[in-house]
Amino acid sequence: MIHSGKRNFFSKNLSLFITLGLFVLLFSSVMVIGPMRSNRFKYIPVFFNLLNDNAYLLIASVGIMFVLITGNIDISVASTLAFSAVLSSFLLRLLWPAWVVIPVVLFIGFSFGAFMGFLIEKFKLQSFIVTLAGLFFLRGMCAVVSKESIPIENEFYRSVAQAKISFGSIRTIGKVNIYLYGFVAIAVVIIALYILRYSKFGRSVYAIGGSEQSARLMGLPVSRVKILVFAISGFCAALGGVLFSFYTLAGYALQNLGLELDAISSAVIGGTMLSGGVGSVVGTAFGVLIQGTIQTIVTLLNLNAWWTKVTIAVLLCIFVILQRVIAMRNDK
Amino acid sequence: MKEAIKKLTKAQIFWPLIIFLGILALNGVISGGEFFRLQIVDGHLYGRIIDIFRNGSKLMLLALGMTMVLATGGTDISVGSVMAISGAVACTIIEGSLFSFANGNVAFAITAAIIAGMLCGSWNGFLVSKIQMQPIVATMILLVAGRGIAQLICEGRIVTINSPSFYFLNGGYIFGFPFPVYIVVFFTALVLWGVRKTAFGLYVESVGCNAEASRFSGINSARIKFFIYVLCGTLAAVAGLIESAGIKGADANNAGFMIELDAILAVAIGGSSLSGGRFSLLSSLVGALIIQSITTSILSLGVAPEVNLVVKAVVVIAICLAQSPVFQQSFADLKFKFKKQEVAA
Repeated sequence: MIHSGKRNFFSKNLSLFITLGLFVLLFSSVMVIGPMRSNRFKYIPVFFNLLNDNAYLLIASVGIMFVLITGNIDISVASTLAFSAVLSSFLLRLLWPAWVVIPVVLFIGFSFGAFMGFLIEKFKLQSFIVTLAGLFFLRGMCAVVSKESIPIENEFYRSVAQAKISFGSIRTIGKVNIYLYGFVAIAVVIIALYILRYSKFGRSVYAIGGSEQSARLMGLPVSRVKILVFAISGFCAALGGVLFSFYTLAGYALQNLGLELDAISSAVIGGTMLSGGVGSVVGTAFGVLIQGTIQTIVTLLNLNAWWTKVTIAVLLCIFVILQRVIAMRNDK
Repeated sequence: MKEAIKKLTKAQIFWPLIIFLGILALNGVISGGEFFRLQIVDGHLYGRIIDIFRNGSKLMLLALGMTMVLATGGTDISVGSVMAISGAVACTIIEGSLFSFANGNVAFAITAAIIAGMLCGSWNGFLVSKIQMQPIVATMILLVAGRGIAQLICEGRIVTINSPSFYFLNGGYIFGFPFPVYIVVFFTALVLWGVRKTAFGLYVESVGCNAEASRFSGINSARIKFFIYVLCGTLAAVAGLIESAGIKGADANNAGFMIELDAILAVAIGGSSLSGGRFSLLSSLVGALIIQSITTSILSLGVAPEVNLVVKAVVVIAICLAQSPVFQQSFADLKFKFKKQEVAA
């Protein structure tokens, strides 16, 4: 196996390049369609809005990616996200201070994830059944807490919801806003990048995905790592829920239905292998941006919002098929 | 005699059946006998029990398909969305907005809806058996996108129809019994014949136990899996027809919403393993009836229906734990320790 360094770099990052290419392609079509729809269209603010509008999805996707890399699956993220948004708006209505509510909600997400991981690891249950039960459990709990949408009146939430950095003006590049929750998402991405690349834990995650048996034989703490990845996924989903409640300033029991597909497909479009062992934070982030772009296009073209879901599902299929092809090629 | 009782209690269907009868008896006691009252009006049977069978028919059909899918070691969480699609197709055709050349022909609408279900099933089957995607992800695509497709078919409306012959699917009676019961009996007989009188059932179990080994012994695992998903989609489409005949229209958002867990739960309660292998169709049907009777009793007790979801989720996990060999082992260890302590004391 002798490759020149350049070729090696390219083939190693092939899926990342495909993801990037797709993003560039989609975003340039936004740049083409946008001006046709509105003569005040500016693409730079649109780009930054992708970050603002999808901050919660970005965090949830990064969390689920940890689980996917170990070769497991977590389909409870949408419910966890909705539950933490509903619970925080409920607690805020009871006049709990924000600095108590946020840690409580995050802790619940973390421990619920850890509990599911524990059931899966300790009793050898299948991850899809356990997380499916988790999905229904939390969705039910949302409705138990409140069936109606609860608006958030809390001062802290309201001020965070509006905290932003703006630059540019309508005349030049357009008015760019980056909200605080956008920065939180960026921070999560950077932390996840660090953990996966440079920490012992991160390397164990990849090792388990590559082969759980070998990881165990190498003496890695497989059980602990597996429980932790589910906990991370739960935590990220809960954090996503907090961000979502900043974003909408309300909590509603039926919000974010089907977000688990969005999160999983972001990760997969970003090059994460569903069979485990492969996945990158940067790719996942671009996966989220691609979905945001699709949504922007659907909105620009004034189509039924359901087209977004259908398109994303089709993209997910294409990427999984692509992965199979690449995997088969590598086997040869 | 003792042997016979032992054999009876060992049968997979025994405990589910006892639980079902227990729930019915409990309901009967709480309602003071009202629960068991059967009325005959115009030669049709009416009563709570009849309602359980009628309303449970959809879940029984889904449980039938889901048992087979789980037996191959897969899962299908798209059944609720397939129900929505089938209802949407049938109602838009009857209404005349889709395929207007059919002039709202009910038979055509039903056929088209079932074909739509088969297509959904073959899509799932294709992804699982040919692309070898994990079943949960493959069917999740249709779970999310399926509702979108149903919305697009309905053009975002709730389609209401006026067609007594279509209503018959849910509300009709033959010889005093509701029509959905006949549908369930028909499909159960069909599937039972397929899996017990042909080698097909054995193949399904063998694929579920070890797909790779079955392939080596000459069974076409991929084709078996594909066929099972088509079957599951078809049954889901039939369930969707009953559902939309019941609400006299198509509601893409709510038809079969979150029914997937119910279907899986029915199989789990029936005692078939969720990780593939041995299965019993009749036990799953009883499982479906148990869930329906729990739902009915919770509703009649006036508890919020959302609590249902929470309870069901807990029951699924409890059953999975009970099936898990590791859990059984640690439970046995615990008992052993306890006994030792007793002896020591």
